[in-house]
Amino acid sequence: MPEQTKHAPPKLAMRLFSWFCHPAYHTDIEGDLIEHFEDNIEENGLKKARLLFFLDVLLLFRPGIIRPLFRRNSFKHPTMLQHHLKISWRQLVKNKGYSFLNISGLAIGMAVVILISLWVWDELSYNRNIENYDRIARVMINQTIDGDIQTSWSSPKQFAPALRESYESNFKYISSTSHFTGRALIVGDKTIGRAGMFVEADMPEMLSLSMLSGTRNNLDDPYSILISESTAKALFDDENPIGQTIELTTEDILTVTGVYEDFPDNSSFSNAHFFGSWKLFEQWQPDWVGWGNRWFRTYVQLADQVDLESASAAIKDVTLNNLSEEEGARLNPEIFLHPMSKWHLYSDFEQGKVVGGRIKFLWLYGTIGLFVLLLACINFINLSTARSERRAKEIGVRKALGSFRSQLINQFFSEALLIAGFAFCLSLVLVALLMPFFNEVSGKEIKDWWANPVFWLLGLGFTILTGILSSTYPALYLSSFRPGKVLKGSIRMGKKASIPRKFMVTVQFTVSITLIISTMIVYQQIQFAKSRPLGYDQSNLLSTYISDKITEKYSVFRDKLMQSGFVEEVGKSETFITQTYINNSGFNWEGKDPSLTEQFYTMRMSHEFGKTIGWEIVQGRDFSKEFASDSLGFVINEAAAEYFGFDDPIGKQIQWGKNEDYHIIGVVKNMITQSPYQPVKQMLYFLDYDRSDVVTLKLKADVDIAEALPKIEGIFKQFDPVRPFNFQFMDEDYLTKFRGEERIGKLAGFFTILALFISCLGLFGMIAFVAERRTKEIGIRKVLGASVFGLWQLLTKEFIVLVVIAGVISIPLTYNYMSQWLENYEYHVNLSLWVFLAAMMGAILITLFTVSLHAIRAAMANPVTSLRTEA
Amino acid sequence: MKYRIGEFEEIVLLTVGILEDEAYGVNIKNDIKTRLDRKVSVGALQAALRRMEKKGYLTSEQGETTSKRGGRPKLFFRLTALGHTALVESRETRNRLWDAMPPPAFPQLKLS
Repeated sequence: MPEQTKHAPPKLAMRLFSWFCHPAYHTDIEGDLIEHFEDNIEENGLKKARLLFFLDVLLLFRPGIIRPLFRRNSFKHPTMLQHHLKISWRQLVKNKGYSFLNISGLAIGMAVVILISLWVWDELSYNRNIENYDRIARVMINQTIDGDIQTSWSSPKQFAPALRESYESNFKYISSTSHFTGRALIVGDKTIGRAGMFVEADMPEMLSLSMLSGTRNNLDDPYSILISESTAKALFDDENPIGQTIELTTEDILTVTGVYEDFPDNSSFSNAHFFGSWKLFEQWQPDWVGWGNRWFRTYVQLADQVDLESASAAIKDVTLNNLSEEEGARLNPEIFLHPMSKWHLYSDFEQGKVVGGRIKFLWLYGTIGLFVLLLACINFINLSTARSERRAKEIGVRKALGSFRSQLINQFFSEALLIAGFAFCLSLVLVALLMPFFNEVSGKEIKDWWANPVFWLLGLGFTILTGILSSTYPALYLSSFRPGKVLKGSIRMGKKASIPRKFMVTVQFTVSITLIISTMIVYQQIQFAKSRPLGYDQSNLLSTYISDKITEKYSVFRDKLMQSGFVEEVGKSETFITQTYINNSGFNWEGKDPSLTEQFYTMRMSHEFGKTIGWEIVQGRDFSKEFASDSLGFVINEAAAEYFGFDDPIGKQIQWGKNEDYHIIGVVKNMITQSPYQPVKQMLYFLDYDRSDVVTLKLKADVDIAEALPKIEGIFKQFDPVRPFNFQFMDEDYLTKFRGEERIGKLAGFFTILALFISCLGLFGMIAFVAERRTKEIGIRKVLGASVFGLWQLLTKEFIVLVVIAGVISIPLTYNYMSQWLENYEYHVNLSLWVFLAAMMGAILITLFTVSLHAIRAAMANPVTSLRTEA
Repeated sequence: MKYRIGEFEEIVLLTVGILEDEAYGVNIKNDIKTRLDRKVSVGALQAALRRMEKKGYLTSEQGETTSKRGGRPKLFFRLTALGHTALVESRETRNRLWDAMPPPAFPQLKLS
């Protein structure tokens, strides 16, 4: 026999085997394997022997051989579980302060995550209640204006007939509709204002309105109307609404043929309180409304088997085919479908392509939520490991008594799960308390969140996950202590042990400082835009829509108001001054650059409108009744003067389509009539008393508004007894333009405060721990003559250093991210260094405060007591 | 009392009985191979051994630790009285069945 070969069997296979094999069987089977391996080498050579060894190991992976997954089933034998829970509970009760910090920090983190998840859930479920959610689309159009592709979902009324005629096979339902429009609904002497739409008979089918009574397929009759349940309640109380009649201000009398369940809040149609007939609406439109008058909307539902892309591609050129060649080439219109699933979250278009939309907030808040939870988990980890020395003895004794490491790990897991469980309960209370506030800030109506089983499933899953995540490191770390060392009392965590803790504190403060800076910049931007000069005077300015009844007798109406003594000036215009959205093209002038699409925003108005809003004429003059020729005069804003390119615009002739020539009589200072974040667009103001149905009043400065309004309403009612007197203060209306940004700001602020609070809780726990550990050191230093101030410095210094490092990391990150955010606004604040420094100083001050709470107490303590204690 | 053992289990039990004091993993495996020309994987064999040990048909005893086998001790198995009864019972069952079987009749095979 040759000398014993010294080849060892493959290590990997050995390790694999010892990993899965039942420990009781391990040694002798391994012996068999090795013996077998040695025989095989002789018989088959080394290579094959190794292969066979592997194969044998793999074949050993079978139920009779592998180790049990759990040493003991703790639910069948709950003694240890009970024991763990009891010990955990005693730990919590014994260290009340520490438990409080731990549980409340985690609870706040969880509450934030729950709030954000509910918000995200609500956003994602937008419109999903509609049965054909994934088959419905709206028709949109891309047009090229001055080199930019502009996207809009306003349609001409010709869309729907054109689609029906040539592309019918692609669609199941097609409907032209009006925009959402507010209407006064009159029943007897009762009048209520409700928003709704005028739609074709296909629309209620498409939305699969759930009818409570009546039928949804009667809208082919122009004098039929469907109303929502809430509207029916408001109009008819408990009477049966079917067959009742409703009068509109247009004196049309409609019969209620159906009542449908109100749409939920998170729906594009939540405002749809009635559906009138498109046929009626069409009768009200002037005859000349053509392809260029995109005053309407078009919705479709795809036919079964047809996918969105192909339908969208098929109808691409509908508009192009119906425009003159010259116009078509200039505007290059392209029709496409935008699916309902994207209306809410993906509705920002740039150069004709979707570039996102609200989805970015989902990501933003989702990220913030995760970070806040991370902060809470870090607290947990830090506090547990920092206190490890105190528990080292316990672990030593347990190990000496025969505890396996895995049992210790289990113990820490159950402790963490207990804490996470408490934190979850507390967070539910917090969420319930914060919900009204959160709804207000986020503009949501989230309710009954606890009734959703998914919520509980996710919540519990998340609690367990948090518990496990945050206790993995402490459990592994604490259970690794060597009992011999620990029990001898020689265990002393060196500098190394605190490095992970320091790292985590730095992460916490990096996140916190980033949030602080971002919040400050958001607020700065809002303030910046708010303080932008308006160009007119908003105070005491109120506007309302009027009906034809007032328009017909406008001059008498105006005189009455002027005589009332409350009003300084009255003017009439086409739209609210805060929202000039009407644009026109087809202008021509001397020296015009032929490539311009010459799009201007326009505003029809009365002579006094400019004076009412207090605009500032910078060149030329305002409209005047003394010049009859002013009926063909333009007052333009500075932006328009620049756009025309005239050196001296006064008196210049402008040709507008087939109308007579207009001339410029004055230039008015730029006014912010659209988005306060964008440059002012070129605007033309001209006289037109017929097509302007907004009245604006400037109240006298010394008037008591509460007293004046009923009197003014009385004058309105004299002329138009029916239409409700709904007015809008222009300064309030203007502020709504900031609501979106303010919402981001408030939410960001809210989360920042919570994040900071969590970080401070953690810090507080850490300093308490450090001070306690250094009690003796502090005592000795004091005896040797250290001052309270010196000791305070000693204790706070290391934390301040961490915060400074955090600041240094976070500033470039934030700078980068926030300058990108500001790019979204053409009119934006410039980032200044002081914001960053202020945020960092703020963080340092808060840290100092938190740390000092404990540090000063430790520094002031009498050294006699601290040195006397036996440890 | 019912003793249920499978075919493979029966072979293993018998082999352990045959090998008497030398019945440990590698030996059993080799013996089955030489006697029956049947290849058995370590996994299958060990799983069967442990299973029958649990049932009480086998006992095991650790041998001396030697420098061979990488220093791992051998585990020797021994048939218990219960195991023996089970084998006997199994054999008798078969015998009874054999006795009851009529002699083979192949009517279609006619030697002409």
